[in-house]
Amino acid sequence: MTRFDVVVVGAGPAGSAAALAAARTGASVLLVERGPFPGAKNMHGGVIHGGVLERLIPRWWERAPVQRWVTRRTTMVMTGTQSLSLDFRSAGWTRPPYNGATAYRSEFDSWLAGEAERAGARLVCSTTVTGLLRAPDGTVRGVTTDREGGDIEAGVVIACDGVNSLLTGEAGLSAARDPGNFALGAKEVLALSREEIDERFGLSGREGAEIEMLGCTAGIPGGAFLHTYLDTVAVGVVVSVDGLSASGVRPEELIARVKAHPSIAPYLRGAELKEYSAHLAPQGGYDALARLAGPGLLVCGDAAGLCLAAGPWLEGVNFAIGSGMAAGEVAARSVRAGDVSTAALAAYRNRLEASFVLSDHRRWREVPRLLRSQAVHEKYPRLVCDAAERVLTVPAPRPRKGLSSILRETAAANGTRLRDLVRDGWQILRSFT
Amino acid sequence: MTMLPRFRRRPWSRTSAPRRSGDETPGPPDWPEHAFEDRMATVEFRVAEQPHIVVDTEACRSCAGRPCIGVCPADLFTPTADGGMVFNHEQCFECGACTLVCSQEGTISWSYPPGGQGVVLRWA
Ligand SMILES: Cc1cc2nc3c(=O)[nH]c(=O)nc-3n(C[C@H](O)[C@H](O)[C@H](O)COP(=O)(O)OP(=O)(O)OC[C@H]3O[C@@H](n4cnc5c(N)ncnc54)[C@H](O)[C@@H]3O)c2cc1C
Ligand code: SF4
Ligand code: SF4
Repeated sequence: MTRFDVVVVGAGPAGSAAALAAARTGASVLLVERGPFPGAKNMHGGVIHGGVLERLIPRWWERAPVQRWVTRRTTMVMTGTQSLSLDFRSAGWTRPPYNGATAYRSEFDSWLAGEAERAGARLVCSTTVTGLLRAPDGTVRGVTTDREGGDIEAGVVIACDGVNSLLTGEAGLSAARDPGNFALGAKEVLALSREEIDERFGLSGREGAEIEMLGCTAGIPGGAFLHTYLDTVAVGVVVSVDGLSASGVRPEELIARVKAHPSIAPYLRGAELKEYSAHLAPQGGYDALARLAGPGLLVCGDAAGLCLAAGPWLEGVNFAIGSGMAAGEVAARSVRAGDVSTAALAAYRNRLEASFVLSDHRRWREVPRLLRSQAVHEKYPRLVCDAAERVLTVPAPRPRKGLSSILRETAAANGTRLRDLVRDGWQILRSFT
Repeated sequence: MTMLPRFRRRPWSRTSAPRRSGDETPGPPDWPEHAFEDRMATVEFRVAEQPHIVVDTEACRSCAGRPCIGVCPADLFTPTADGGMVFNHEQCFECGACTLVCSQEGTISWSYPPGGQGVVLRWA
């Protein structure tokens, strides 16, 4: 049987980061991917935050297949017919190290896996890992694959097999598969000429726009997004699976409603559907993480639940890369030291606790629950939009009313208590700060 | 690629059924929505002969809510007129939503297609 010091399952951002980090220490590394190429099975909203990538690949922005640099971020609170936007642009985001980049996963994941190969890892695609090999004492000793004679021995196996991780399940490390802990993302990529995109979104060169929407998912906890690529735009929804299931509204119908919204439709006029896709994302946060280590096994990225999903905001690629790097280094070191017990591999969790990966998740612990409440998805957007409409509508010949009475009246008309809005707003703010 | 006939299409009006009070989302957009078949035709599937997902459709007969029908983004769960269920694995995104919501444990045997087969996304 072939043997590698470290076998990494899944060539998403977590797996490629793990393989790269382990290979750099001199370990022999195999990276196994079931898709015909890395990224073929993967989907995201579209924006990669590269902060941690810089530690893995200095000056990554000179090499990564980036479509546009996000220089404009808009948060839109909406009802079926209204929207109120917070539109932020920064000249600082047009320069390295940048803040966000739009990229296609087929290109980005293939590039990152290529970087792991350059560091010495061996990449094998079109191969599905079907299970774990174990020593009599239960320690993971390798993987089985669907290739003939495809069993592979490993010092440590790193499970980077994504949100539906079969390996974490087989090892008994996964958290409960509660539909409330997962969001379904569905999106359309639409073709539009580069000039049209620049014009409609007010961009030039490689500048890109990112719009996040709250209140446009038919009352289902979640949100919607619109991201720009060079000559396509991605528009999609991310909704809580339990809420979607209870709503009776289908995913593609939710996208159609977003596209038809009077604030969004003008951006998309005449755009042609290029590809439809769907994927799950973990959204349970800190309290729904998998156990991160077992004897001979480490778990990274979405497989561990390391993804922050709160309404339309989704961050997972950075946590996948951060956790993958730590796992790759700890695995290589443990194999060299000849101790791959759970106790030895606990160094991985300690590293994540000390880094942004788990400290961000701890800080955001309450956010997933808050943002999943119905008030945040239906009542507050309506209250905010109705109040804005009253403030901004010139009422002459009647005299104007003060802001506080408008707010009080709008809240009463919407059946919302201002006290609740203030309390929830404060709690959300406190989770961020 | 062989495809099962689609038994039922969803006109726009279906979406308005469970609409919540106060939801005044506009109706159909002012350009034609894509037919579901056209939408799925934009995606590449390297169809494996053996299905990676097997549904015990007999068990589905006794399922009350049938949540899989509404959440499957590829619309692969199709109820039949006689109260049964037809499932076709060919255009599956391998997303996992159906197993999460399935109300009867063990009805869906879920795994991944063999290496290199199944969905291939290029613009996601
Ligand atoms: C709709 C949506 C929008 C998102 N938007 C953003 C965003 O804008 N920004 C952001 O940072 N994050 C976003 N995310 C989250 C982000 O996509 C994930 O957190 C990230 O991809 C996780 O990386 P990963 O490497 O852990 O898993 P994945 O990227 O899922 O990679 C897992 C890999 O393992 C392979 N694999 C699985 N099982 C096996 C097996 N048995 N054998 C071999 N290979 C296997 C898969 O083919 C895949 O390549 C979004 C997610 C969704 C669903
Ligand atoms: S995995 Fe996703 S696309 Fe495939 S049948 Fe289940 S819900 Fe539908
Ligand atoms: S939810 Fe499960 S049991 Fe019910 S119809 Fe769907 S597959 Fe069958």
